[in-house]
Amino acid sequence: MELNQLTAHELLDKLARKEVALEALYGALYGRIQKTESKVRAYVRSEAARKTVSSSPGPLNGLPVTIKDNICTEGLETECCSKILKGFRPPYDATVIAKLKKSGAGIFPLKANMDEFAFGSSTENSFFGPTANPWDLGAVPGGSSGGSAAAVASDEAIWALGSDTGGSIRQPASFCGVVGLKPTYGRVSRFGLIAFASSLDQIGPITKDVEDAAILTKVISGYDPNDSTSVNLDVPDYTQSLVNDVKGLKIGLPKEYLVEGMDPEVKSIIEEAVNKLKSLGAVSKPVSLPHTEYAVPVYYIVATAEASSNLARFDGVQYGYRAKSDNLIEMYKKTRAEGFGEEAKRRILLGTFALSHGYYDAYYLRALKVRTLIKQDFDRVFNDFDCIVAPVSPTAAFKIGERSDDPLKMYLSDIYTISVNLAGIPAISVPCGFTKKGLPVGLQIMAKAFNEEMLFRVAHTFEQNTQWHKLKPKL
Amino acid sequence: MSIDQETVKHIAHLSRIELQPKELEKLSGQLHDILGFIDKISSLDIDKVEPTSHILPISNVLREDTPHVSLSPEKALENAPSRKGEFFSVPKIIE
Repeated sequence: MELNQLTAHELLDKLARKEVALEALYGALYGRIQKTESKVRAYVRSEAARKTVSSSPGPLNGLPVTIKDNICTEGLETECCSKILKGFRPPYDATVIAKLKKSGAGIFPLKANMDEFAFGSSTENSFFGPTANPWDLGAVPGGSSGGSAAAVASDEAIWALGSDTGGSIRQPASFCGVVGLKPTYGRVSRFGLIAFASSLDQIGPITKDVEDAAILTKVISGYDPNDSTSVNLDVPDYTQSLVNDVKGLKIGLPKEYLVEGMDPEVKSIIEEAVNKLKSLGAVSKPVSLPHTEYAVPVYYIVATAEASSNLARFDGVQYGYRAKSDNLIEMYKKTRAEGFGEEAKRRILLGTFALSHGYYDAYYLRALKVRTLIKQDFDRVFNDFDCIVAPVSPTAAFKIGERSDDPLKMYLSDIYTISVNLAGIPAISVPCGFTKKGLPVGLQIMAKAFNEEMLFRVAHTFEQNTQWHKLKPKL
Repeated sequence: MSIDQETVKHIAHLSRIELQPKELEKLSGQLHDILGFIDKISSLDIDKVEPTSHILPISNVLREDTPHVSLSPEKALENAPSRKGEFFSVPKIIE
Protein backbone atom coordinates (compact mmCIF):
# COMPACT_ATOMS: atom_id res chain seq x y z
CA MET A 1 0.00 0.00 0.00
CA GLU A 2 1.30 3.47 -0.94
CA LEU A 3 1.38 6.19 1.71
CA ASN A 4 -1.27 8.28 -0.05
CA GLN A 5 -3.70 5.33 0.16
CA LEU A 6 -3.63 5.20 3.96
CA THR A 7 -6.24 6.79 6.20
CA ALA A 8 -5.35 9.86 8.24
CA HIS A 9 -5.39 7.94 11.52
CA GLU A 10 -3.02 5.31 10.12
CA LEU A 11 -0.68 8.07 8.95
CA LEU A 12 -0.94 9.91 12.28
CA ASP A 13 0.26 6.75 14.04
CA LYS A 14 3.17 6.39 11.62
CA LEU A 15 4.12 10.06 11.80
CA ALA A 16 4.01 9.99 15.61
CA ARG A 17 6.28 6.94 15.65
CA LYS A 18 8.50 8.61 13.04
CA GLU A 19 8.04 5.62 10.71
CA VAL A 20 7.07 8.00 7.92
CA ALA A 21 8.58 11.32 6.86
CA LEU A 22 6.24 14.07 5.81
CA GLU A 23 8.28 14.66 2.63
CA ALA A 24 7.68 11.04 1.60
CA LEU A 25 3.94 11.42 2.12
CA TYR A 26 3.86 14.61 0.03
CA GLY A 27 5.94 12.81 -2.58
CA ALA A 28 3.38 9.99 -2.72
CA LEU A 29 0.50 12.47 -3.03
CA TYR A 30 2.15 14.47 -5.81
CA GLY A 31 3.11 11.24 -7.57
CA ARG A 32 -0.49 10.10 -7.49
CA ILE A 33 -1.72 13.49 -8.68
CA GLN A 34 0.69 13.38 -11.60
CA LYS A 35 -0.67 9.97 -12.55
CA THR A 36 -4.44 10.40 -12.14
CA GLU A 37 -5.30 14.09 -11.94
CA SER A 38 -5.62 14.49 -15.72
CA LYS A 39 -8.53 12.01 -15.52
CA VAL A 40 -10.15 13.12 -12.27
CA ARG A 41 -9.55 16.91 -12.28
CA ALA A 42 -10.30 17.19 -8.55
CA TYR A 43 -8.03 20.21 -8.08
CA VAL A 44 -8.05 23.69 -9.59
CA ARG A 45 -5.16 25.93 -10.65
CA SER A 46 -3.00 22.79 -10.42
CA GLU A 47 -0.71 23.91 -13.23
CA ALA A 48 1.20 26.05 -10.75
CA ALA A 49 4.05 24.10 -9.19
CA ARG A 50 3.46 24.65 -5.51
CA LYS A 51 5.14 21.54 -4.26
CA THR A 52 5.74 22.91 -0.84
CA VAL A 53 5.46 21.07 2.45
CA SER A 54 3.65 23.22 4.98
CA SER A 55 3.41 22.30 8.61
CA SER A 56 3.36 23.71 12.09
CA PRO A 57 3.92 21.87 15.37
CA GLY A 58 0.92 20.05 16.85
CA PRO A 59 -0.76 16.64 17.22
CA LEU A 60 -1.62 16.38 13.51
CA ASN A 61 2.12 16.33 12.75
CA GLY A 62 1.87 18.16 9.42
CA LEU A 63 -0.65 15.80 7.86
CA PRO A 64 -2.07 17.77 4.90
CA VAL A 65 -5.78 18.55 4.54
CA THR A 66 -7.31 19.34 1.13
CA ILE A 67 -9.50 22.45 1.21
CA LYS A 68 -12.54 23.33 -0.90
CA ASP A 69 -12.08 26.50 -2.97
CA ASN A 70 -14.69 28.48 -0.96
CA ILE A 71 -12.79 28.37 2.35
CA CYS A 72 -10.37 31.29 2.83
CA THR A 73 -6.70 30.37 3.08
CA GLU A 74 -4.42 33.34 3.72
CA GLY A 75 -2.34 34.20 0.68
CA LEU A 76 -3.54 31.11 -1.21
CA GLU A 77 -5.97 31.75 -4.06
CA THR A 78 -9.61 31.17 -3.10
CA GLU A 79 -11.98 31.82 -5.99
CA CYS A 80 -15.13 29.74 -5.25
CA CYS A 81 -14.43 28.40 -8.75
CA SER A 82 -15.92 31.62 -10.13
CA LYS A 83 -14.54 34.11 -12.62
CA ILE A 84 -15.84 36.93 -10.44
CA LEU A 85 -13.30 36.09 -7.69
CA LYS A 86 -10.44 35.73 -10.15
CA GLY A 87 -7.08 36.06 -8.45
CA PHE A 88 -8.51 36.56 -4.94
CA ARG A 89 -5.91 35.86 -2.27
CA PRO A 90 -7.61 36.10 1.14
CA PRO A 91 -5.87 38.44 3.59
CA TYR A 92 -6.84 36.11 6.46
CA ASP A 93 -7.47 32.45 7.30
CA ALA A 94 -10.96 31.03 7.87
CA THR A 95 -11.36 29.92 11.49
CA VAL A 96 -11.30 26.24 10.46
CA ILE A 97 -7.96 26.83 8.71
CA ALA A 98 -6.54 28.61 11.77
CA LYS A 99 -7.71 25.68 13.92
CA LEU A 100 -6.13 23.14 11.56
CA LYS A 101 -2.82 25.02 11.62
CA LYS A 102 -2.96 25.30 15.41
CA SER A 103 -3.41 21.51 15.57
CA GLY A 104 -0.35 21.02 13.40
CA ALA A 105 -2.11 20.10 10.15
CA GLY A 106 -0.69 21.11 6.80
CA ILE A 107 -2.88 23.02 4.36
CA PHE A 108 -2.54 21.22 1.02
CA PRO A 109 -1.42 23.87 -1.49
CA LEU A 110 -3.85 22.79 -4.24
CA LYS A 111 -7.52 23.58 -3.66
CA ALA A 112 -10.49 21.39 -4.49
CA ASN A 113 -12.91 21.99 -7.36
CA MET A 114 -16.59 22.80 -6.67
CA ASP A 115 -19.71 24.15 -8.29
CA GLU A 116 -19.38 27.94 -8.56
CA PHE A 117 -20.23 29.39 -5.12
CA ALA A 118 -21.41 25.85 -4.17
CA PHE A 119 -24.42 26.23 -6.50
CA GLY A 120 -24.95 22.71 -7.78
CA SER A 121 -25.10 18.98 -7.19
CA SER A 122 -22.55 17.81 -9.78
CA THR A 123 -19.44 20.08 -9.83
CA GLU A 124 -20.30 20.84 -13.46
CA ASN A 125 -20.90 24.53 -12.63
CA SER A 126 -17.22 25.25 -12.00
CA PHE A 127 -15.44 28.00 -13.93
CA PHE A 128 -12.57 25.50 -14.27
CA GLY A 129 -14.72 22.74 -15.80
CA PRO A 130 -16.14 19.55 -14.29
CA THR A 131 -14.48 17.00 -12.00
CA ALA A 132 -14.94 13.32 -12.93
CA ASN A 133 -16.11 10.54 -10.63
CA PRO A 134 -13.11 8.27 -9.89
CA TRP A 135 -15.40 5.20 -10.14
CA ASP A 136 -16.67 6.14 -13.62
CA LEU A 137 -14.88 8.96 -15.43
CA GLY A 138 -18.02 9.67 -17.49
CA ALA A 139 -20.08 10.32 -14.35
CA VAL A 140 -20.24 13.32 -12.03
CA PRO A 141 -18.64 13.15 -8.57
CA GLY A 142 -21.68 14.89 -7.08
CA GLY A 143 -21.52 18.39 -5.71
CA SER A 144 -20.92 20.93 -4.75
CA SER A 145 -17.87 19.55 -2.86
CA GLY A 146 -17.13 17.19 -5.78
CA GLY A 147 -13.42 18.05 -5.93
CA SER A 148 -12.91 17.28 -2.24
CA ALA A 149 -14.77 13.93 -2.50
CA ALA A 150 -13.06 12.87 -5.75
CA ALA A 151 -9.61 13.79 -4.39
CA VAL A 152 -10.16 11.62 -1.28
CA ALA A 153 -11.70 8.73 -3.26
CA SER A 154 -8.83 8.67 -5.76
CA ASP A 155 -6.14 8.89 -3.04
CA GLU A 156 -5.03 12.29 -4.35
CA ALA A 157 -5.82 13.55 -0.85
CA ILE A 158 -5.66 12.02 2.64
CA TRP A 159 -8.72 13.89 3.88
CA ALA A 160 -10.56 17.06 2.97
CA LEU A 161 -12.91 19.83 4.02
CA GLY A 162 -16.09 20.59 2.14
CA SER A 163 -19.16 22.70 2.85
CA ASP A 164 -22.78 21.58 2.95
CA THR A 165 -25.74 23.91 2.36
CA GLY A 166 -28.23 21.38 0.95
CA GLY A 167 -26.22 18.16 0.72
CA SER A 168 -22.94 19.39 -0.75
CA ILE A 169 -20.77 17.19 1.51
CA ARG A 170 -23.00 14.11 1.87
CA GLN A 171 -24.07 13.69 -1.76
CA PRO A 172 -20.54 13.80 -3.29
CA ALA A 173 -19.31 11.55 -0.45
CA SER A 174 -22.06 9.09 -1.38
CA PHE A 175 -21.32 9.32 -5.14
CA CYS A 176 -17.57 8.80 -4.58
CA GLY A 177 -17.76 6.06 -1.92
CA VAL A 178 -16.22 8.04 0.96
CA VAL A 179 -17.44 9.38 4.32
CA GLY A 180 -18.92 12.89 4.60
CA LEU A 181 -20.37 14.71 7.59
CA LYS A 182 -22.51 17.83 7.81
CA PRO A 183 -22.22 18.99 11.42
CA THR A 184 -25.05 20.64 13.37
CA TYR A 185 -25.62 24.27 12.35
CA GLY A 186 -23.51 26.28 14.82
CA ARG A 187 -21.06 23.48 15.61
CA VAL A 188 -18.33 24.73 13.24
CA SER A 189 -17.47 28.40 12.68
CA ARG A 190 -18.43 29.77 9.26
CA PHE A 191 -15.97 32.68 9.55
CA GLY A 192 -13.97 32.70 6.33
CA LEU A 193 -16.33 30.35 4.50
CA ILE A 194 -17.46 32.45 1.55
CA ALA A 195 -21.19 32.56 2.26
CA PHE A 196 -23.84 30.91 0.08
CA ALA A 197 -26.85 30.68 2.45
CA SER A 198 -25.90 31.85 5.93
CA SER A 199 -28.67 30.03 7.82
CA LEU A 200 -27.83 26.68 6.17
CA ASP A 201 -24.06 26.55 5.44
CA GLN A 202 -21.76 24.31 7.51
CA ILE A 203 -18.17 23.19 6.93
CA GLY A 204 -17.47 19.48 7.45
CA PRO A 205 -15.03 16.64 6.74
CA ILE A 206 -14.79 14.27 3.75
CA THR A 207 -12.66 11.26 4.68
CA LYS A 208 -11.78 7.64 3.92
CA ASP A 209 -13.37 6.30 7.08
CA VAL A 210 -15.50 7.29 10.07
CA GLU A 211 -12.56 7.51 12.48
CA ASP A 212 -10.90 10.17 10.29
CA ALA A 213 -14.19 12.10 10.20
CA ALA A 214 -14.36 12.02 14.01
CA ILE A 215 -10.78 13.31 14.34
CA LEU A 216 -11.25 16.12 11.81
CA THR A 217 -14.64 17.19 13.21
CA LYS A 218 -13.13 17.53 16.68
CA VAL A 219 -10.36 19.79 15.32
CA ILE A 220 -12.61 22.21 13.42
CA SER A 221 -15.54 22.44 15.89
CA GLY A 222 -16.19 24.98 18.61
CA TYR A 223 -17.25 28.49 19.49
CA ASP A 224 -15.75 31.39 17.55
CA PRO A 225 -16.31 35.03 18.54
CA ASN A 226 -16.01 35.88 14.82
CA ASP A 227 -19.16 33.86 14.02
CA SER A 228 -22.13 34.96 16.09
CA THR A 229 -24.03 31.82 15.03
CA SER A 230 -21.38 29.44 16.36
CA VAL A 231 -22.51 27.88 19.61
CA ASN A 232 -20.63 27.99 22.89
CA LEU A 233 -20.85 24.32 23.83
CA ASP A 234 -18.04 21.98 24.79
CA VAL A 235 -16.74 19.86 21.91
CA PRO A 236 -16.70 16.17 22.88
CA ASP A 237 -13.80 13.92 21.94
CA TYR A 238 -15.62 12.25 19.07
CA THR A 239 -13.15 9.36 18.90
CA GLN A 240 -14.76 8.17 22.16
CA SER A 241 -17.94 7.54 20.14
CA LEU A 242 -16.22 5.04 17.86
CA VAL A 243 -17.66 1.98 19.57
CA ASN A 244 -18.77 -1.11 17.69
CA ASP A 245 -22.24 -1.29 19.22
CA VAL A 246 -25.74 -0.33 18.10
CA LYS A 247 -27.63 -2.76 20.34
CA GLY A 248 -31.03 -1.45 21.32
CA LEU A 249 -30.70 1.82 19.37
CA LYS A 250 -33.98 3.00 17.89
CA ILE A 251 -33.73 3.83 14.21
CA GLY A 252 -36.50 5.66 12.35
CA LEU A 253 -37.06 4.98 8.65
CA PRO A 254 -38.91 7.90 7.06
CA LYS A 255 -41.66 6.42 4.93
CA GLU A 256 -41.77 9.53 2.72
CA TYR A 257 -38.17 8.86 1.58
CA LEU A 258 -38.49 5.36 0.22
CA VAL A 259 -41.12 6.01 -2.39
CA GLU A 260 -41.49 7.38 -5.90
CA GLY A 261 -38.55 8.53 -8.00
CA MET A 262 -36.10 6.28 -6.26
CA ASP A 263 -33.83 3.96 -8.22
CA PRO A 264 -34.93 0.40 -7.23
CA GLU A 265 -31.30 -0.72 -7.07
CA VAL A 266 -30.41 2.06 -4.62
CA LYS A 267 -33.55 1.24 -2.65
CA SER A 268 -32.56 -2.39 -2.20
CA ILE A 269 -28.99 -1.42 -1.20
CA ILE A 270 -30.40 0.90 1.50
CA GLU A 271 -32.79 -1.82 2.70
CA GLU A 272 -29.89 -4.24 2.99
CA ALA A 273 -27.92 -1.68 5.00
CA VAL A 274 -30.86 -1.26 7.38
CA ASN A 275 -31.05 -5.04 7.75
CA LYS A 276 -27.35 -5.05 8.61
CA LEU A 277 -27.92 -2.55 11.42
CA LYS A 278 -30.85 -4.65 12.64
CA SER A 279 -28.73 -7.79 12.63
CA LEU A 280 -26.27 -5.88 14.85
CA GLY A 281 -29.01 -5.26 17.41
CA ALA A 282 -30.63 -1.97 16.36
CA VAL A 283 -34.40 -1.70 16.30
CA SER A 284 -36.01 0.00 13.32
CA LYS A 285 -39.50 1.32 12.75
CA PRO A 286 -41.12 3.41 10.03
CA VAL A 287 -41.55 7.07 10.97
CA SER A 288 -43.23 9.96 9.22
CA LEU A 289 -41.75 13.29 8.17
CA PRO A 290 -44.98 14.55 6.62
CA HIS A 291 -43.64 17.84 5.18
CA THR A 292 -40.83 16.21 3.20
CA GLU A 293 -42.45 17.04 -0.14
CA TYR A 294 -42.18 20.77 0.66
CA ALA A 295 -38.46 20.68 1.47
CA VAL A 296 -37.18 21.27 -2.08
CA PRO A 297 -39.43 24.28 -2.76
CA VAL A 298 -38.70 25.79 0.68
CA TYR A 299 -34.98 25.27 0.19
CA TYR A 300 -34.87 26.89 -3.23
CA ILE A 301 -36.59 29.99 -1.81
CA VAL A 302 -34.61 30.30 1.44
CA ALA A 303 -31.23 29.37 -0.04
CA THR A 304 -31.54 31.58 -3.12
CA ALA A 305 -32.89 34.53 -1.10
CA GLU A 306 -29.90 34.35 1.22
CA ALA A 307 -27.54 33.82 -1.72
CA SER A 308 -28.85 36.83 -3.62
CA SER A 309 -28.10 38.95 -0.57
CA ASN A 310 -24.69 37.38 0.17
CA LEU A 311 -23.52 37.67 -3.44
CA ALA A 312 -24.31 41.39 -3.60
CA ARG A 313 -20.76 42.00 -2.39
CA PHE A 314 -19.30 40.80 -5.69
CA ASP A 315 -19.48 44.06 -7.57
CA GLY A 316 -15.99 44.65 -8.91
CA VAL A 317 -14.99 47.12 -6.19
CA GLN A 318 -13.11 45.32 -3.41
CA TYR A 319 -11.75 42.16 -5.01
CA GLY A 320 -11.85 39.89 -8.01
CA TYR A 321 -12.94 40.66 -11.54
CA ARG A 322 -14.00 44.11 -12.77
CA ALA A 323 -15.46 44.89 -16.20
CA LYS A 324 -14.42 48.12 -17.88
CA SER A 325 -16.93 50.98 -17.78
CA ASP A 326 -17.02 54.73 -17.04
CA ASN A 327 -20.38 54.46 -15.32
CA LEU A 328 -20.69 52.91 -11.84
CA ILE A 329 -24.04 51.14 -12.27
CA GLU A 330 -23.01 49.88 -15.69
CA MET A 331 -19.70 48.66 -14.20
CA TYR A 332 -21.63 46.65 -11.58
CA LYS A 333 -23.98 45.17 -14.17
CA LYS A 334 -21.26 44.21 -16.63
CA THR A 335 -18.96 42.85 -13.92
CA ARG A 336 -21.73 40.61 -12.62
CA ALA A 337 -22.90 39.63 -16.12
CA GLU A 338 -19.38 38.60 -17.16
CA GLY A 339 -18.22 37.28 -13.77
CA PHE A 340 -21.08 34.98 -12.72
CA GLY A 341 -21.91 31.69 -14.44
CA GLU A 342 -25.40 30.71 -15.51
CA GLU A 343 -26.47 28.87 -12.34
CA ALA A 344 -25.28 31.75 -10.15
CA LYS A 345 -27.35 34.21 -12.20
CA ARG A 346 -30.39 31.93 -12.03
CA ARG A 347 -30.18 31.69 -8.25
CA ILE A 348 -29.52 35.40 -7.70
CA LEU A 349 -32.55 36.24 -9.85
CA LEU A 350 -34.77 33.69 -8.11
CA GLY A 351 -33.72 34.88 -4.66
CA THR A 352 -34.10 38.56 -5.54
CA PHE A 353 -37.58 37.78 -6.86
CA ALA A 354 -38.58 35.94 -3.65
CA LEU A 355 -37.45 38.93 -1.56
CA SER A 356 -38.83 41.67 -3.79
CA HIS A 357 -41.74 43.98 -3.10
CA GLY A 358 -45.07 42.26 -3.72
CA TYR A 359 -43.67 38.71 -3.57
CA TYR A 360 -41.98 38.62 -0.14
CA ASP A 361 -45.03 37.36 1.78
CA ALA A 362 -46.07 34.79 -0.80
CA TYR A 363 -42.58 33.32 -1.18
CA TYR A 364 -39.95 34.17 1.40
CA LEU A 365 -42.13 34.54 4.51
CA ARG A 366 -44.26 31.54 3.55
CA ALA A 367 -41.13 29.43 3.02
CA LEU A 368 -39.83 30.38 6.49
CA LYS A 369 -43.12 29.19 7.99
CA VAL A 370 -43.01 25.88 6.15
CA ARG A 371 -39.41 25.55 7.34
CA THR A 372 -40.82 25.57 10.89
CA LEU A 373 -43.09 22.63 9.99
CA ILE A 374 -40.15 20.70 8.51
CA LYS A 375 -38.10 21.26 11.66
CA GLN A 376 -41.02 20.17 13.87
CA ASP A 377 -41.29 16.91 11.89
CA PHE A 378 -37.74 16.04 12.99
CA ASP A 379 -38.26 17.23 16.60
CA ARG A 380 -41.21 14.85 16.92
CA VAL A 381 -39.28 11.84 15.58
CA PHE A 382 -36.23 12.50 17.79
CA ASN A 383 -38.47 12.42 20.88
CA ASP A 384 -38.73 8.67 20.35
CA PHE A 385 -35.79 7.69 18.13
CA ASP A 386 -31.99 7.85 18.43
CA CYS A 387 -31.41 8.44 14.75
CA ILE A 388 -32.98 8.42 11.30
CA VAL A 389 -31.57 6.32 8.48
CA ALA A 390 -32.25 7.19 4.84
CA PRO A 391 -30.72 7.29 1.37
CA VAL A 392 -28.46 10.23 0.50
CA SER A 393 -29.67 10.51 -3.07
CA PRO A 394 -32.40 8.81 -5.13
CA THR A 395 -29.77 7.52 -7.61
CA ALA A 396 -26.08 6.73 -7.81
CA ALA A 397 -23.82 9.16 -9.74
CA PHE A 398 -25.38 10.32 -13.01
CA LYS A 399 -23.59 11.03 -16.27
CA ILE A 400 -21.78 14.32 -16.89
CA GLY A 401 -24.16 16.52 -18.91
CA GLU A 402 -27.23 14.39 -18.13
CA ARG A 403 -28.98 16.98 -15.96
CA SER A 404 -27.07 20.18 -16.68
CA ASP A 405 -29.73 21.60 -19.02
CA ASP A 406 -32.61 20.99 -16.64
CA PRO A 407 -32.14 22.97 -13.40
CA LEU A 408 -35.37 21.68 -11.85
CA LYS A 409 -34.34 18.06 -12.33
CA MET A 410 -30.96 18.87 -10.79
CA TYR A 411 -32.66 20.53 -7.79
CA LEU A 412 -34.80 17.44 -7.22
CA SER A 413 -31.71 15.27 -6.80
CA ASP A 414 -31.21 17.02 -3.42
CA ILE A 415 -34.51 15.73 -2.07
CA TYR A 416 -33.09 13.55 0.76
CA THR A 417 -30.39 15.93 1.95
CA ILE A 418 -31.86 19.43 2.16
CA SER A 419 -34.34 18.86 5.01
CA VAL A 420 -31.34 18.27 7.28
CA ASN A 421 -29.99 21.76 6.52
CA LEU A 422 -33.42 23.38 6.93
CA ALA A 423 -33.75 21.71 10.36
CA GLY A 424 -30.11 22.45 11.27
CA ILE A 425 -29.41 18.88 12.41
CA PRO A 426 -26.24 16.83 11.73
CA ALA A 427 -26.05 13.96 9.21
CA ILE A 428 -23.37 11.66 7.85
CA SER A 429 -22.99 9.64 4.65
CA VAL A 430 -21.17 6.32 4.91
CA PRO A 431 -20.49 3.86 2.03
CA CYS A 432 -23.09 1.05 2.03
CA GLY A 433 -22.86 -0.72 -1.31
CA PHE A 434 -22.40 -0.55 -5.06
CA THR A 435 -24.74 -0.67 -8.04
CA LYS A 436 -24.30 -3.36 -10.70
CA LYS A 437 -22.42 -0.80 -12.79
CA GLY A 438 -19.94 -0.39 -9.95
CA LEU A 439 -21.04 3.00 -8.62
CA PRO A 440 -20.96 3.62 -4.85
CA VAL A 441 -24.09 4.27 -2.77
CA GLY A 442 -24.09 6.04 0.60
CA LEU A 443 -26.24 5.53 3.66
CA GLN A 444 -27.39 8.70 5.40
CA ILE A 445 -27.71 8.80 9.18
CA MET A 446 -29.29 11.81 10.90
CA ALA A 447 -29.45 12.70 14.59
CA LYS A 448 -30.80 15.54 16.70
CA ALA A 449 -28.88 18.81 16.97
CA PHE A 450 -25.43 18.56 18.63
CA ASN A 451 -25.55 14.76 18.76
CA GLU A 452 -22.76 14.05 16.27
CA GLU A 453 -21.66 11.32 18.70
CA MET A 454 -24.69 9.23 17.69
CA LEU A 455 -23.72 9.55 14.01
CA PHE A 456 -20.13 8.46 14.64
CA ARG A 457 -21.31 5.50 16.74
CA VAL A 458 -23.82 4.18 14.22
CA ALA A 459 -21.65 4.91 11.15
CA HIS A 460 -18.56 3.36 12.75
CA THR A 461 -20.46 0.23 13.77
CA PHE A 462 -21.86 -0.14 10.26
CA GLU A 463 -18.42 0.41 8.74
CA GLN A 464 -16.66 -2.06 11.04
CA ASN A 465 -19.12 -4.75 10.02
CA THR A 466 -18.92 -4.12 6.27
CA GLN A 467 -16.12 -3.84 3.71
CA TRP A 468 -17.43 -1.09 1.41
CA HIS A 469 -15.10 1.64 2.66
CA LYS A 470 -12.05 -0.46 1.84
CA LEU A 471 -12.75 -0.70 -1.90
CA LYS A 472 -10.77 1.63 -4.18
CA PRO A 473 -11.51 2.78 -7.74
CA LYS A 474 -9.21 1.56 -10.51
CA LEU A 475 -7.67 4.56 -12.19
CA MET B 1 -47.61 32.36 -10.06
CA SER B 2 -46.02 32.98 -13.40
CA ILE B 3 -43.16 35.27 -14.19
CA ASP B 4 -42.90 37.19 -17.46
CA GLN B 5 -39.90 38.65 -19.23
CA GLU B 6 -40.68 42.18 -18.01
CA THR B 7 -40.54 41.02 -14.38
CA VAL B 8 -37.29 39.15 -14.98
CA LYS B 9 -35.84 42.29 -16.59
CA HIS B 10 -36.82 44.30 -13.51
CA ILE B 11 -35.36 41.66 -11.15
CA ALA B 12 -32.14 41.60 -13.19
CA HIS B 13 -31.88 45.38 -12.78
CA LEU B 14 -32.41 45.06 -9.01
CA SER B 15 -29.72 42.33 -9.00
CA ARG B 16 -27.36 44.52 -11.06
CA ILE B 17 -26.90 41.86 -13.73
CA GLU B 18 -26.98 42.78 -17.39
CA LEU B 19 -28.81 40.11 -19.41
CA GLN B 20 -28.51 39.58 -23.16
CA PRO B 21 -31.88 39.11 -24.97
CA LYS B 22 -31.23 35.37 -25.47
CA GLU B 23 -30.27 34.93 -21.83
CA LEU B 24 -33.37 36.81 -20.72
CA GLU B 25 -35.57 34.52 -22.75
CA LYS B 26 -33.94 31.32 -21.50
CA LEU B 27 -33.84 32.39 -17.84
CA SER B 28 -37.45 33.61 -17.94
CA GLY B 29 -38.61 30.19 -19.12
CA GLN B 30 -36.55 28.37 -16.51
CA LEU B 31 -37.65 30.66 -13.67
CA HIS B 32 -41.24 30.19 -14.76
CA ASP B 33 -40.88 26.40 -14.47
CA ILE B 34 -39.07 26.60 -11.13
CA LEU B 35 -41.70 28.94 -9.66
CA GLY B 36 -44.42 26.64 -10.92
CA PHE B 37 -42.86 23.87 -8.86
CA ILE B 38 -42.23 26.10 -5.84
CA ASP B 39 -45.91 27.12 -5.80
CA LYS B 40 -46.54 23.78 -4.12
CA ILE B 41 -46.07 25.52 -0.76
CA SER B 42 -49.06 27.81 -1.38
CA SER B 43 -51.44 24.93 -0.64
CA LEU B 44 -50.39 24.62 3.03
CA ASP B 45 -52.36 26.27 5.82
CA ILE B 46 -49.66 28.23 7.69
CA ASP B 47 -51.61 31.09 9.28
CA LYS B 48 -50.76 30.02 12.82
CA VAL B 49 -47.14 28.96 12.15
CA GLU B 50 -44.21 31.10 13.27
CA PRO B 51 -41.46 31.61 10.67
CA THR B 52 -37.98 30.07 11.20
CA SER B 53 -35.24 32.26 9.77
CA HIS B 54 -32.64 30.54 11.87
CA ILE B 55 -32.69 27.29 13.84
CA LEU B 56 -30.62 28.32 16.87
CA PRO B 57 -32.30 29.75 19.96
CA ILE B 58 -29.91 32.73 20.00
CA SER B 59 -30.58 36.36 19.22
CA ASN B 60 -28.97 39.78 19.68
CA VAL B 61 -25.43 38.45 20.06
CA LEU B 62 -23.34 41.31 21.42
CA ARG B 63 -19.68 41.69 22.28
CA GLU B 64 -17.68 44.00 24.49
CA ASP B 65 -16.67 47.20 22.73
CA THR B 66 -12.95 46.67 23.16
CA PRO B 67 -10.38 47.89 20.65
CA HIS B 68 -8.43 45.20 18.82
CA VAL B 69 -6.15 44.92 15.84
CA SER B 70 -7.94 44.44 12.51
CA LEU B 71 -6.78 44.21 8.89
CA SER B 72 -4.37 46.94 7.91
CA PRO B 73 -5.49 49.21 5.04
CA GLU B 74 -2.66 47.77 2.96
CA LYS B 75 -3.88 44.18 3.43
CA ALA B 76 -7.53 45.14 2.95
CA LEU B 77 -6.69 46.84 -0.35
CA GLU B 78 -4.43 44.08 -1.67
CA ASN B 79 -7.15 42.55 -3.83
CA ALA B 80 -8.69 45.79 -5.12
CA PRO B 81 -9.10 45.87 -8.91
CA SER B 82 -8.43 49.62 -8.70
CA ARG B 83 -7.26 51.84 -5.82
CA LYS B 84 -6.06 55.35 -5.09
CA GLY B 85 -3.96 55.71 -1.97
CA GLU B 86 -5.83 54.09 0.86
CA PHE B 87 -9.16 53.98 -1.00
CA PHE B 88 -10.99 51.67 -3.39
CA SER B 89 -11.41 53.50 -6.66
CA VAL B 90 -14.64 53.38 -8.73
CA PRO B 91 -15.97 55.23 -11.80
CA LYS B 92 -17.06 58.79 -11.02
CA ILE B 93 -20.52 58.97 -9.39
CA ILE B 94 -21.11 62.75 -9.09
CA GLU B 95 -20.49 65.05 -12.06
